[in-house]
Amino acid sequence: MHRQRFGKDHLAGALLMLLGVAVVLAAWRYRMGNLTRMGAGYVPVVLGLLLAVVGALIALTARGAATSVQRAGPHAAPAFEWRAWSCILGAIGAFVVLGTYGGMVPATFACTFIAALGDRTNRPRDALYLATAMVVAGWLIFIVGLRVQMPAFAWGA
Amino acid sequence: MHQSLVDLWYGFGVALQPSHLMWSVFGVLLGNLVGVLPGLGALTTISMLLPLTYVIPPVPAILMLAGIFYGSQYGGAIGAILLNLPSHPPHAVTCLDGFPMTRAGRGGAALGVTMMASFFAASVGIVVMVFLSPLLVAVAFKFGPTEVSAIMMLGLLAGATMSRGSPLKGLAATLFGLLCGVVGTDVSSGTIRFSFGFAALSDGVDLGAICMGLFAVADFLVTVNRKTNQPARATMSMRDMRPTRAELRRSFLPMLRGTMVGTLFGAIPGTGPTITTFIAYALERKISREPERFGTGMIEGVVAPEAASHSKTQVDFIPTMTLGIPGDVVMALLLGALIIKGIQPGPQLITEHPDIFWGLIASFWIGNALLMVLNVPLIGVWVRLLRVPYRFLFPAATFFLCLGVYSMKNSLFDVGELVVFGAIGAIFVALDIPVAPIVLGFVLGPLLEENFRRALLLSRGDLTAFVRQPISALFVTGCALLLLIQIVGFLCRRHTARPTTDASASSAAG
Repeated sequence: MHRQRFGKDHLAGALLMLLGVAVVLAAWRYRMGNLTRMGAGYVPVVLGLLLAVVGALIALTARGAATSVQRAGPHAAPAFEWRAWSCILGAIGAFVVLGTYGGMVPATFACTFIAALGDRTNRPRDALYLATAMVVAGWLIFIVGLRVQMPAFAWGA
Repeated sequence: MHQSLVDLWYGFGVALQPSHLMWSVFGVLLGNLVGVLPGLGALTTISMLLPLTYVIPPVPAILMLAGIFYGSQYGGAIGAILLNLPSHPPHAVTCLDGFPMTRAGRGGAALGVTMMASFFAASVGIVVMVFLSPLLVAVAFKFGPTEVSAIMMLGLLAGATMSRGSPLKGLAATLFGLLCGVVGTDVSSGTIRFSFGFAALSDGVDLGAICMGLFAVADFLVTVNRKTNQPARATMSMRDMRPTRAELRRSFLPMLRGTMVGTLFGAIPGTGPTITTFIAYALERKISREPERFGTGMIEGVVAPEAASHSKTQVDFIPTMTLGIPGDVVMALLLGALIIKGIQPGPQLITEHPDIFWGLIASFWIGNALLMVLNVPLIGVWVRLLRVPYRFLFPAATFFLCLGVYSMKNSLFDVGELVVFGAIGAIFVALDIPVAPIVLGFVLGPLLEENFRRALLLSRGDLTAFVRQPISALFVTGCALLLLIQIVGFLCRRHTARPTTDASASSAAG
């Protein structure tokens, strides 16, 4: 196990601390109330404070306690897979956009096609085949079978 | 006592109705399949099938969902033993000795013994459930908001600190989950909180989106381009699965001990399944006369964790069904499904919906027996299915996720939430923050807040009410003990700073 000066745990702690502080600031707008009659803001503020404290503790104990910085197995420190990441998240985004403005068939096609391109070994032709197959399967299962409330085609709804 | 048996008989009547049996079998088979497939766990499958439960009545719906859950555990053992694929974290420890057994040609026997041990452990869990639930219900009726919020806090704290990995990070994840639960309309004042200007968020974050985002999408993001399917090994035949007499004898006591560990941990709400199997394994290694041989194909190291995971699963249903407090994440999702169907889990469930409660218990038995029988011919089929390359599996699954989230409320906005929680989940996983406590916090959050506020309203803002009432004082003491254990553990570890090889070795196995 090698140690870095600024490890994963420092980053995690700092991030959680920021998040906690942000929550407290955002929840400040809501009525606080008192312990007997709590307003809408009471619980979020308390949770935000706790999160900030826990985040600080994580950052502070990061070096002393030997929390494993590097861990083997499926969740080892990830390499940066920008293309794959944007493809997967983009595929879901495409489903939302095309689901709204095009209907289920284009949404299905785009979603599967884009997601498939995220894998480096998939050629565009593989993605095309897979997306076509999913359109057929999706049609059969969700439109014919389960009667999902999404039209197959809906131009510019 | 006698009443429980009569009720159980009634439950078998419910579970054996053809339409109920059909859905139950469907759930069990599907669960078995996704248990073998890496990346598609019970959690993802249950969230994807939640929309299906809209069109079928509540009893078969819950039987099916529960079937997916325990079916996937049998499947997980197959992947772990035959292919060294820890498809799901609780089975990671099974790989340690299961796969060496496969390499030594005893994989079939390991599976056979595991199936028997699993069935035994599940049966014990079911018996405990049959007799303990009515007792717990009697106690639970005395629970006011003070007790309910105290036990929820205990469950959340246990879930945060007793899962694998850093307890502080577990705590942070729980808090994040509780905050996700805050989003939406505040029940007592009507204020809309943290809606970021989206009207759709006034109903809160969608349970399906949060689960599928944190588990499935995050898993795709983390594993994409780094997971290749190993070529699957040859098929199994019935004969390969027969263990030798020596193997049977060696696995008898580990089976009992594993069952005990699982039952014990199931009774504590919030303890994760992974920690249970790891403890069962550690216990075997500790009391074994030849601990150095663990990891080379010791059948004890396969049987005990699998038995533990199955008895825990069944016992986990007790707090879920009788108190409305989920023992782990999958339970939280099942609870969500019940609530969607308009059924409020809690002490009144057994009397108001006896068909659900006793039918579910009876279906456990039927399903487990079925799995034991079916697994033999099906293993070959599942193993062949593992050949579907991951590069085709995840894009197809991405589409199913999108459609699954959409069809729960016919809302594309919820699909958008999937992107957000997928990214959050991936970041958390990359930072070694566990995501399971988030879902637990999210489901319990609104209930906790409501009860907590009501408790303090009743006590006129006096926090000591939580320690003045005996039942809630017990839970608060439990919370304090959990924290104390962590603090003492932390200080001890700090004292013996360097030699942490054992801890890192066991975490490397995940």
